[in-house]
Amino acid sequence: MLRFEQVTKSYSGGFVALDRVSFHLEKGEMAFLTGHSGAGKSTLLKLISLIERPTTGKVFINGVDLSRVNRGQVPYVRRDIGMIFQNHKLLMNHSVFDNVALPLVIEGFSGKDMTKRVHAALDKVGLLDKVRCLPHTLSGGEQQRVGIARAVVNRPPLLLADEPTGNLDPDLSKDIMNVFEAFNQVGVSVLIASHDLSLLARMRYRTLTLKNGRMINDGLTYSGADE
Amino acid sequence: MSILFQGRATGATAVKQNLWNRFVMFWVHHVRQAITSLGEIWLTPASSLLTVAVLGVSLTLPVTLHLMVKNLQQVSSSIDQAAQISLFLKADTNETQIAELIALLQANPEVADVQFIDKGQALAEFTAESGFGEAFSYIEDNPLPHVMLVSPKNTSSLAASALLDALKQERYVELAKLDIGWLERLDAIVSLVRQVAMAVALLLMIAVLLVVGNTIRLMILTKKDEIEVMKLVGATNSYIQRPFLYTGIWLGFFGGILTFLIEELLLWWLKHAIRGVTQLYESSFSLQPMSLAELGYLLLVAISLGFFGSLLAVRRNISQIEATGL
Ligand SMILES: Nc1ncnc2c1ncn2[C@@H]1O[C@H](COP(=O)(O)OP(=O)(O)OP(=O)(O)O)[C@@H](O)[C@H]1O
Ligand SMILES: [Mg+2]
Repeated sequence: MLRFEQVTKSYSGGFVALDRVSFHLEKGEMAFLTGHSGAGKSTLLKLISLIERPTTGKVFINGVDLSRVNRGQVPYVRRDIGMIFQNHKLLMNHSVFDNVALPLVIEGFSGKDMTKRVHAALDKVGLLDKVRCLPHTLSGGEQQRVGIARAVVNRPPLLLADEPTGNLDPDLSKDIMNVFEAFNQVGVSVLIASHDLSLLARMRYRTLTLKNGRMINDGLTYSGADE
Repeated sequence: MSILFQGRATGATAVKQNLWNRFVMFWVHHVRQAITSLGEIWLTPASSLLTVAVLGVSLTLPVTLHLMVKNLQQVSSSIDQAAQISLFLKADTNETQIAELIALLQANPEVADVQFIDKGQALAEFTAESGFGEAFSYIEDNPLPHVMLVSPKNTSSLAASALLDALKQERYVELAKLDIGWLERLDAIVSLVRQVAMAVALLLMIAVLLVVGNTIRLMILTKKDEIEVMKLVGATNSYIQRPFLYTGIWLGFFGGILTFLIEELLLWWLKHAIRGVTQLYESSFSLQPMSLAELGYLLLVAISLGFFGSLLAVRRNISQIEATGL
């Protein structure tokens, strides 16, 4: 589903954010991406969503070499990937409904069909009662959940999340993780960047660990087993 | 269609709809976007109003010049007897030859009227009016030629000149002269005004393009964050630019309407001034207002300017906004 082959990313200025990273995420697999702040987690996700391009190496999604995707095709690739951003990236002067509907509107949906899907997505993150609110009237956690609803509203086969539980209390984190699990159970591949180690330990999924841009661990981490 | 996942149903097109429904939805969508863009204009009233004002005032000048040309042409074509051709006959022309020429001229379909002035009669008039009477009495032979005054049917300077050239070839004609000096001057002025109007229109159109472009550019910049988010969730550049193009079209439309209103006001004001003059000259001249077709052209030009001005801005600025995401 998602394959990195010897991917290096150095930012202008020469800083190497990712150094020869290789891994393979199977179709329908769910995995965590972890590492210290500045390890390169967001950079890795940006390479998947074509916000950045690798300096060397290749990224494949479903066998398609992303280096062959030209500028005009980038939007269409992004429609196949549900993305949850570290800083929400909501439209602040549009309602929750409009925010969640945005990917659908872009794809040409309208009317009842669209409303139904938006409500379904908001229901999954428990925000159905906030449909008419503006994002700035919501708490940080609620904004994060609006972002999650937007990412899943057009049912993408691949879901990327950057610190989706960053602003959530443990109970809500668990609920959100359950949402991801539910998606995973219907065949969606999920990659979640997080440094919430206790959460990772509880969830027991495959964990990719980055350190200074290098992949140092590609497997299960058990909090107990490490010691 | 999905690039990554062959066969993944994407977009509303995947939902089965018949052709008619899709056609209707296409228009509904565009009308909705047009209305949304109209709303956007209300959100930035100051800069939008300023842009519309610049557009309206800029277009007023060339439109005024155009109406001026139109009215001057009406003047020049409404003047009859503007051109009169004088034929000076050869000295040895006799009575029968003169009669023959008169008959010939009267038969010419291009000729409206022929007036013959006998050389003896002319000399008598001249001696009476010039005050040189005494001097002329010493001259044995009458030095004046017979003259024929020919009024052409078509008084445009071009047609009159053509007739002049034809009459020059007549057998008994020594010299032919056309008195169209001032008519030619009027025509020259009209064509000068027209050229000035063209140059002014061209320059002002460029200015208008830049002004609209700048307004749209500022709108794009204030929505930079929103555009970035849209790019992150997969909006194409053409999707993002569409509302801005509609905004440009609206700005052009309102600018055109403003030009029309200014022009009507100007004409109304001029009408009073002109009425005084025409009464003085007992002329039937009336100011020609803007026709419906001309209003149509004006709006078309204004809307195109709005559209292309905005296209200019959109092309340059929207692709420059990069999604930085995450
Ligand atoms: N556009 C950029 N230009 C230059 N350097 C960058 C850019 N983006 C990120 N970096 C650098 O790359 C490194 C990795 O950044 P990245 O955002 O991937 O970290 P991260 O693992 O997501 O950290 P965090 O947990 O704090 O979000 C950082 O040191 C950062 O300074
Ligand atoms: Mg990050």
